Amino acid sequence: MSQRQVLQVFEQYQRARTHFVQAVAELSARPQNIGTLRDAGVISLLRPLLLDVVPTIQQTAALALGRLAYFNDDLAEAVVKEDILPQLVCSLSEQNRFYKKAAAFVLRAVGKHSPQLAQAIVECGALEALVICLEDFDPGVKEGAAWALGYIARHNSELSQAVVDAGAVPLLVLCIQEPEIALKRIAASTLSDISKHSPELAQTVVDAGAIAYLAQMILNPDAKLKCQVLSALSQIAKHSVDLAELVVEAEIFPVVLTCMKDSDEYVKKNGATLIREIAKHSPELSQFIVNAGGVAAVIDCIGSCKGTVRLPGIMMLGYVAAHSENLSMAVIVSKGIPPLCTCLLEEHEDHIKAAAAWALGQIGRHTPEHARAVAETNVLGTLLSMYMDIRSSEDLQLKAKRALKNILQKCTYLPALEPLLHDAPPNIMKHIVGQFSKVLPHDSKARRLFVTSGGLKKVQEIKAEPGSLLQEYINTINNCYPEEVVRYYSPGYSEMLLERVENYQPVL
Amino acid sequence: MAALVRLETRLSRLREEYFLKNRSVDEDRKIVYKAAVKIQSWFRGCRVRAYLRYLNKMAISIQKWWRGYQSRRYFRKMIKTAYFIMKMNFYNEMAVRIQKRWRGYYVRKYTHNYYALKKYLEAISLNNEIVRNELQEYAEMNEKKKKKKDLEKKEKEKKYKARKMHYLLSTEQIAGIYNSPFRKFPDPMELLLRQSKPLSHRQQQPKSPFTYDLYDWPTCKRPPAFPTGEPLPPIGRQKPQGPFRDAAEVLRQRYKPLEPTLRVAASISSPLEKAREEMKREEWRKCIHDNEFLPFSSYHKNEKYELSIHASEKIGKETYGIKHFREVQPNKWIAGKVSGFLLLKRAWSLRLML
Repeated sequence: MSQRQVLQVFEQYQRARTHFVQAVAELSARPQNIGTLRDAGVISLLRPLLLDVVPTIQQTAALALGRLAYFNDDLAEAVVKEDILPQLVCSLSEQNRFYKKAAAFVLRAVGKHSPQLAQAIVECGALEALVICLEDFDPGVKEGAAWALGYIARHNSELSQAVVDAGAVPLLVLCIQEPEIALKRIAASTLSDISKHSPELAQTVVDAGAIAYLAQMILNPDAKLKCQVLSALSQIAKHSVDLAELVVEAEIFPVVLTCMKDSDEYVKKNGATLIREIAKHSPELSQFIVNAGGVAAVIDCIGSCKGTVRLPGIMMLGYVAAHSENLSMAVIVSKGIPPLCTCLLEEHEDHIKAAAAWALGQIGRHTPEHARAVAETNVLGTLLSMYMDIRSSEDLQLKAKRALKNILQKCTYLPALEPLLHDAPPNIMKHIVGQFSKVLPHDSKARRLFVTSGGLKKVQEIKAEPGSLLQEYINTINNCYPEEVVRYYSPGYSEMLLERVENYQPVL
Repeated sequence: MAALVRLETRLSRLREEYFLKNRSVDEDRKIVYKAAVKIQSWFRGCRVRAYLRYLNKMAISIQKWWRGYQSRRYFRKMIKTAYFIMKMNFYNEMAVRIQKRWRGYYVRKYTHNYYALKKYLEAISLNNEIVRNELQEYAEMNEKKKKKKDLEKKEKEKKYKARKMHYLLSTEQIAGIYNSPFRKFPDPMELLLRQSKPLSHRQQQPKSPFTYDLYDWPTCKRPPAFPTGEPLPPIGRQKPQGPFRDAAEVLRQRYKPLEPTLRVAASISSPLEKAREEMKREEWRKCIHDNEFLPFSSYHKNEKYELSIHASEKIGKETYGIKHFREVQPNKWIAGKVSGFLLLKRAWSLRLML
């Protein structure tokens, strides 16, 4: 009998522990309770339960710790301070797969908040244990370990290097080949986080043979997986020309263009980012993309999206057009300018408008034909108003001004320049008047149009310092016309005539 | 004496006569002198004039001859320069023609071929059209698939609802709500109800202790099949009837942990083999690529081998000047570079796996 009572005491205690741990786990799933839990000192209470005899209590305690640390970085720091991490790391190698998953969750939750916490995790030797978990049979364990490694590697390049030195990359490449979609997603996202910091890390990832598998996975119908894969490829390709060429050699074109028609916004955005990172390195790569029809796909994508999703596509058009005038003409021929103009008008964010202005400047700056193609869409007025608007950010104003200057220096399409004469500030006016002074001496119809549209009158009203470039241009324009016409349009002519009437002595 | 007087009288007149005679002679003489002078001067003048005329004529003929000679020389020189200028103009014209043709050819071949560029841009727009069409088709296909999936899901839901609400089926006596007697034909729901099999009550599964969120992770679908820990002894159970052994004893015996002998507990493979296996696993894990680590002696591997003079020249005569005259660099021609897309057009249709 007494034996039974003794056992009953133990049973009660066990039940109480189980109940406590399960309740804490459920409460920590809701963010509102976290503050109260923290004040109640939940971490120090959970710590001994991690070493409990009963495995389910251990696992639930680890799960609860993970959830607490996930939401709040104070709790994560507390987890680190209470020396829980070394115990977790030790038991990571010994216990069963549920415990491993829970422990990997805790490490991920702690490592996500800041580089210092991630460094603490690395220092207590968690990386080797996590890498051993990556070799485990159970896909859930691999996923947890890969996720934790990804969050650690995300912060800066030293941590990424530490992850790579622990030998994680070949195992991650193996994880990508596994059939489970979630594991593939996480492995792709971890590779993306590793390779984004520096070219050497990207090269390590490439040396492990990741590109071929990532390229195959673009065809997978799952949207989130595509997102991660495209992001990984773009992080690899962004560092140098050689890496970009390696990515292209994996035959991603023209399959990547189907991603631009996907229904998910982020797939479109990441696809456009990948194409942009490839296009920006060299004219040959841009040529290749243009030949594969990439420009058309990106233009359609810009036309169909709204907001920040458009930004990589706009930048891609700008990079392609910037390389050479043939490529710029290819962009114009693919009907690239109207979507950029609508972007400039419709978007609310200044940085998207700045990008659109920059792209238009790159397209129009090569030759008069290009400038004419841009000017015919009447976008110069919009650019000017953006430059003059006080509410635009500095970046937008600077980009609008540069784009305007670049286009105006080559623009000979006078009907588009006329409206600008009326509101431009002096530094832009100099270019506009300069263009007029280049075209008017040779074209008589243009001269006539200039007079009838009131341009000559406006030019007379401009005040310029004698000897400045602006004055020279004005003189050139005035020399194209007979003197009476110039005098007729000069300001104050009517007063001058009336004065002459007053002073005239009639001949009797 | 009379002669003397006559002489004296004549004497007084003698002076006069003498004077008068002298005067007339003088005057005659003057006249004659003047006449002689005139004649002589005139004659001399004639002579001098004749001489001057003669000199003039000679001078004229010398100058004539000399000027003719000079002008002929000058004329010859002028002809020579005019001829030279004509020749140079002709050569210039011809050189311009040659240079015109050559510059046109060179620019079109190596720098900028307007027609190739035009063709290229037209081909780009054509290619873009193709790409756009194919992407449109792909997007439409995806849309259709999605719609189909949605429709199927809805159908499934409807069928499930019909199975749940099977009791609403109409009988002979009582018309169901979907089979009103005022309708000409029954509602489609009624037909669905007729076709569906009634749903039986689901057995309430006992709540297993593993039902919380460890299984929310997408890769872990089932709870473990083996008991992961020691389950607690059942609480508050009635003591079983009959001379059974004590429950605690039974359970202790049932769940007695395994106490293997050393021979069983130690693994089959000796530590040496285990260590070897461990090493192999490490290798396999850490190996990033199969390229061997090259020793330092391979520093010289990439050095370019320099040919000796004997081997570096071609054997035989130089062909330039005999076989061909113009230098041609086919790898710099732009016509080839511009038309690389034609290959890709075919590759697109093969590779776009829809």
